[in-house]
Amino acid sequence: MSVTFKALENILEHYPPSSEHLISALQDVQAKFNYLPPEAMTAVCDHLGVPLSRGWAVATFYKAFSLEPKGEHDVAVCLGTACHVRGAANVYEKFRRDLGIAGPEGTTRDLKFSLRQVRCLGCCSMAPVAQVDEEIHGNLSQRKAGHLLRMYRKR
Amino acid sequence: MQITSIDDLQKAKGVGLAQLYPDKPKILVGMATCGLAAGAQKVYDFLSKKAQDAHWGGVVEKTGCIGFCYKEPLVDAILPGQPRVTYEQVTPEIAGALWEELAAGKIPEKQVMARIDVDDMILNGGPRKFYKGKLKGFLAKTPRYEDLDFFKLQRHIAMRNCGFIDPDNLLHYIARGGYFALYNALTAMTPDEVIAAVTTAGLRGRGGGGFPTGVKWASCRKAKGWPKYVLCNADEGDPGAYMDRSLIEGDPHSILEGMLIGAYAIGSSEGYIYVRAEYPLAVKTLQRAIFAAREAGLLGQNILGTGFSFDIKLNLGGGAFVCGESTALMASIEGKPGEPRAKYVHTVDKGLWDRPSNLNNVETWANVPVIIAKGADWYRDTGTEGSKGTKIFSLVGQVKNVGLVEVPMGVSIKDLVMEVGGGVPENREFKAIQIGGPSGGCIPKEHWGLPIDFDSLWDAGAIMGSGGMIVMDNSTCMVDVAKFFLDFLIDESCGKCIPCRLGLKRMREILEEFSAGKGSLEDLEELQSLSEAVKDGSLCALGGSAPNPVLTTLRYFRDEYEAHILQGKCPAAVCKDLITYSINPELCNGCTACVNECPQGAITGTKKEPHTLNASLCIKCGACFEVCKFGAVAVA
Repeated sequence: MSVTFKALENILEHYPPSSEHLISALQDVQAKFNYLPPEAMTAVCDHLGVPLSRGWAVATFYKAFSLEPKGEHDVAVCLGTACHVRGAANVYEKFRRDLGIAGPEGTTRDLKFSLRQVRCLGCCSMAPVAQVDEEIHGNLSQRKAGHLLRMYRKR
Repeated sequence: MQITSIDDLQKAKGVGLAQLYPDKPKILVGMATCGLAAGAQKVYDFLSKKAQDAHWGGVVEKTGCIGFCYKEPLVDAILPGQPRVTYEQVTPEIAGALWEELAAGKIPEKQVMARIDVDDMILNGGPRKFYKGKLKGFLAKTPRYEDLDFFKLQRHIAMRNCGFIDPDNLLHYIARGGYFALYNALTAMTPDEVIAAVTTAGLRGRGGGGFPTGVKWASCRKAKGWPKYVLCNADEGDPGAYMDRSLIEGDPHSILEGMLIGAYAIGSSEGYIYVRAEYPLAVKTLQRAIFAAREAGLLGQNILGTGFSFDIKLNLGGGAFVCGESTALMASIEGKPGEPRAKYVHTVDKGLWDRPSNLNNVETWANVPVIIAKGADWYRDTGTEGSKGTKIFSLVGQVKNVGLVEVPMGVSIKDLVMEVGGGVPENREFKAIQIGGPSGGCIPKEHWGLPIDFDSLWDAGAIMGSGGMIVMDNSTCMVDVAKFFLDFLIDESCGKCIPCRLGLKRMREILEEFSAGKGSLEDLEELQSLSEAVKDGSLCALGGSAPNPVLTTLRYFRDEYEAHILQGKCPAAVCKDLITYSINPELCNGCTACVNECPQGAITGTKKEPHTLNASLCIKCGACFEVCKFGAVAVA
């Protein structure tokens, strides 16, 4: 989605120009564009009256923000303790292998999937779990992880 | 419905009770995140549609999680004059079968888990029995909740409404005695009396530290400065702990009422709830609850006609574990990176925007209305000498009954794991329990007689933390667990002070060596002394407690470290550099499942012939081990 003045204005009109709204406003931008485009960052900081450096400080500090465009499907694999003791590390490696992602986290070249680690989704009873977009999938094995990716590829 | 006086509150209670227990059949579907993840939405949609299409005289409603996450999706049926019956693991197909019978006015037997004879309603002046006379047929044989091992030792105080009310329905909350404690506090007690009650009750912070809540409130009340802020910490970041999420999703008003009472005691008119954005349902539930309370006049100006005013704003966390620390949380609300600061000036004096601020955790707030309603003495009856009341634990990991359990303080680890949790699955052996998240420690089987309260856990090297309890069995490697927590903490360290930023990294390097079978016994000593240095030298509690997982595993599982270093062996067969996979030709019947699953093509063989594994190609992903149904893949 391209960054339009209109889209940013729709977000910023909810916030009075005060520094306390920086995180909330950036969260809205992230939700709208799936990442923080530089031009949006400038607009948010200008509007709230905070230095741009502070905007980037916040954006790089919190996990919720991404500086690069994300894939169509967000695959968040839980590596919390309960999932870890039930073999989440191997499941995560399976996702990484199947998606061909070189680093610990990343986005596929075709921008179809983004893979990331999360620490506890609070569904420990179904460990190991992964969340794809809004849906939670539990009791995963490497085999199920493979099925899951195939399913979302078709969508 | 506007609620501005005690008469209104009484009226609301009457309406609420009629909704809660109508004179018609009712179906409840557990729709907290754990239920939804197991497929509760489909079940709910299915049952609602059926009820609508059939013009059924009853109601289909959603409710929170009663704690038995392992049996989700849970569906409850209440027919007038009959006990409440709970059905476990209900799929849409099973819901279809249940519906047929319920629609015909019968209580189904299929998938029945337990029954509830009496609703305690602890805040409503007494229990409500569901039926009169004697039960007949299968119902008489169905266990009551309190007969199930899982519930036997439990006592639901903070979770009093979870699984009983529709969390989005304010009237349901009021029907079970909600907001009456607030009215009492506002009209019959001075702020000092409220603080005295909380202090006498012995309530200690449920978020981890265990600081006496009443003492905190008193200091904040005394602090100079205006405005004062009342904050709720719902940034539940401990991996393996999700009781706060469940409380919010099941009973949000209990938290709002707790905060209102706290605000009155402290003298505050503004509050914030800082909640994890990773909990979308909890966020929505809180938004709806705050909106409903505002609409009713229970938040805002002149609450219940007493002249007291208070309102709450919701703040979404950005996904940083350190923001659970009080000063980092406040920095985050101010819109800054969540870096903690040294606390030579306490947050009760100078917290959010340098004003006096009182921060308590979700579960702590949920306990407050009970203390006011039932009195400090009633509350003190439960628990141990130094730790009063109950605590919610999330019992997860290698245990049969996974779920949220609220037990009196002082229950032993053994009872929790073996009785409530039903022990370790597949006849494996209990090895340790990890308590208190990344700041906590691993407690071994030798110490499982330990009563769980703030002080005895501290003595054992762990902390209560927020109450995550991860059961580990002999398939868990303790060196790997220590490494896992360090990974987590390195990731989450804010980077402000050196001991935490660099010390943890160096500790991680040493552990990395161990899990590769390298390193020496001197390295063990270095690890130990480095741990002590990080513990003493860090600025905030994250760094100060970060070495706990290492220190406790060193203390209780030194032999396992030594096996890695001296023998190059990982006894639990987890550390990849020290294990090999092989196929036992005698057990392999040649099903080719592993051949198809192996990403490396390392396994070869034809159908019905024993397969062979080429170790030089193997990346030790464990895929073959996972798919083999005959136990032919060995790992050592």
